[in-house]
Amino acid sequence: MTHQEALYSYCLRLGDNALIQSYRLSEWCSNAPLLEEDLALTNFALDMTGRAQALLTYAGQVDGSGRTDDELAYRRSERKFRNNLMLELPNGDFAFTIARLLLNATYEYYFFTELRKSADETLSAVAAKTLKEVKYHMTHATDWTLRLGDGTNESHRRMQAAIDALWMYTGEMFETDEADALLQDKNVAVDMAPVQASWKAYIENVLKEATLTMPADGYMQTGGRKGVHTEHLGHILSEMQYLQRAYPEATW
Amino acid sequence: MTKDSQLATWEVFIQSKPGANYIHAGSVHASDNKMALQNARDTYTRRGEGTSIWVAPTESITASNPDDSEMFFDPANDKVYRLPTFYVMPEGAKAI
Amino acid sequence: MELLEKTDKIHEELLKNFEEKINRGDAIEPKDKMPDAYRKHLMRQMSQHAHSEVIGMQPEGNWITRAPSLRAKQILLAKIQDEGGHGLYLYSAAETLGISRDEMISQLHSGKAKYSNIFNYPALTWADIGAIGWLVDGAAIVNQVSLQRTSYGPYSRAMVRICKEESFHQRQGYEIMAKMMKGTKDQQEMAQDAMNRWWWPSLMMFGPHDSESPHTGDAVKWKIKRHSNDELRQKFIDKTVQQAEVIGLTIPDKDLKWNEAAGRYDHGAIDWNEFYRVIGGNGPCNKQRMAHHIKVHEEGVWVREAAEAYRVKKEKQLLHS
Repeated sequence: MTHQEALYSYCLRLGDNALIQSYRLSEWCSNAPLLEEDLALTNFALDMTGRAQALLTYAGQVDGSGRTDDELAYRRSERKFRNNLMLELPNGDFAFTIARLLLNATYEYYFFTELRKSADETLSAVAAKTLKEVKYHMTHATDWTLRLGDGTNESHRRMQAAIDALWMYTGEMFETDEADALLQDKNVAVDMAPVQASWKAYIENVLKEATLTMPADGYMQTGGRKGVHTEHLGHILSEMQYLQRAYPEATW
Repeated sequence: MTKDSQLATWEVFIQSKPGANYIHAGSVHASDNKMALQNARDTYTRRGEGTSIWVAPTESITASNPDDSEMFFDPANDKVYRLPTFYVMPEGAKAI
Repeated sequence: MELLEKTDKIHEELLKNFEEKINRGDAIEPKDKMPDAYRKHLMRQMSQHAHSEVIGMQPEGNWITRAPSLRAKQILLAKIQDEGGHGLYLYSAAETLGISRDEMISQLHSGKAKYSNIFNYPALTWADIGAIGWLVDGAAIVNQVSLQRTSYGPYSRAMVRICKEESFHQRQGYEIMAKMMKGTKDQQEMAQDAMNRWWWPSLMMFGPHDSESPHTGDAVKWKIKRHSNDELRQKFIDKTVQQAEVIGLTIPDKDLKWNEAAGRYDHGAIDWNEFYRVIGGNGPCNKQRMAHHIKVHEEGVWVREAAEAYRVKKEKQLLHS
């Protein structure tokens, strides 16, 4: 694997995480439990779409193919996507969405804190901008986790069920491969061990305060790094890419 | 628990730039102050309108009664000596 | 002062003050004395306006996940989010009249409160997103600009904010249409088809002709409404025809022609039977829109209950600590 290939793969992974996450959050538009929350979730989706644009554009440049952000988002097939599996799972109920946002935004907060120090200027600039956004996402998700975890019996039950169901997908966030190793040597990529430790400590605190139980680490489902996804991704793409695929000659 | 399932209302005041007055923007619904602040942010500052936000429970605000406005405000109208333009300055005096 | 207010004589005088204020062009504020009919009219109109913004999120929301580019997706998301925000501003303004958002929502669900008829039509293709932005928002903005000078202060202030924010909505719709008209034959057909389906319902958005409009009288006297339905409709037609020509779209009205003497376009007859049929509940999406709103409202109950329960718990803990 060359440096270029490693960097392309790394950018794609970060860009796809933002893209797929924004897709799922945007599905909440006109579906949230309070009009105010509708606006909040849409704001997060917009933050993530912007991040996806920046990272996919950069991926296209790194790769040398000259592909645009849109070409990468709308003309790639299932096996070429590199996002974490957790992000493509259907939204479920509001508790599931909040639990996922908590687990992922916390991860992103610590991840982008580190990536800000990257020797790659583009990545460090994206990280600096993203950090402000994800800090807010993390705060929002934390506050809702406390309300739902320590709210009513029903909300507690739903929140615990969501955390339990998502736990097997959390290992993948910290998984590293050849690309990570290569880029870490050049201070481009983030060392995941300290990110994981900070993540775990924060999540443990929040869950405890929310009267929720942190699941034990068991089997962890992964595959996104290799493009082996859940069945859900295909449905996302068939919807997201529909116009670009149905009218390949058209520009929009 | 209130019967209204849309949660309590909070009044939102936005400061548009550092040092400026806080101006009433509208209201949001929220169950607690943290939620109120975040909801205000996502509702009223989507276009970078704000540098700071206050929220206060609607019920905690007391407004003057418009029917009292004559008694409240008209008596201030003839106190022109409170204005700098009331005073005649000698010609040639500077920086006053 | 509260004792004094109880005398009828003073009450009458206060209502006289209301009319004087209206005549002077002063804004009416929440604590001002106002006739019941004025308050009721505003509640009806403002809640309908708020519901329209919120229900209007559905037809466009239908296309968020299928938006054909990242840019298009961002714009559409931001626009629909604005609509949610505008619904919120309007609910917030209506609440100053003494009606809660919960009450307004239950009136919507029971059918007592209405929303704009236009959202009972389906958004079938991507070109519909263009047509909605250009025509539907274009019609709405004509009405809303006029409402910035409405007599009720909170309503007027909400409209000023809304108009400022909505200025990009119509442009994004027109841009979509313009791009498609410059595109492939498929795209052009899609755009014209959307135009054909949305033109007449857009004209109906301004409501019945002045001669038929049941609410106009009082609303004009109280300066809630500053221009008549027909005036606003004409304004919309006159500016839209030229925009359609520029990008090569045909207005689906064979009777449409420029009236030199009057300095405006004359248009063909609007099918008011369709208008009243759809308002009466028999449009393509009436049931779907309402079912969606009710479902979301009901699915959110446990969340709002949890938030309230959490607040109560925390307040108790604070008391005992």
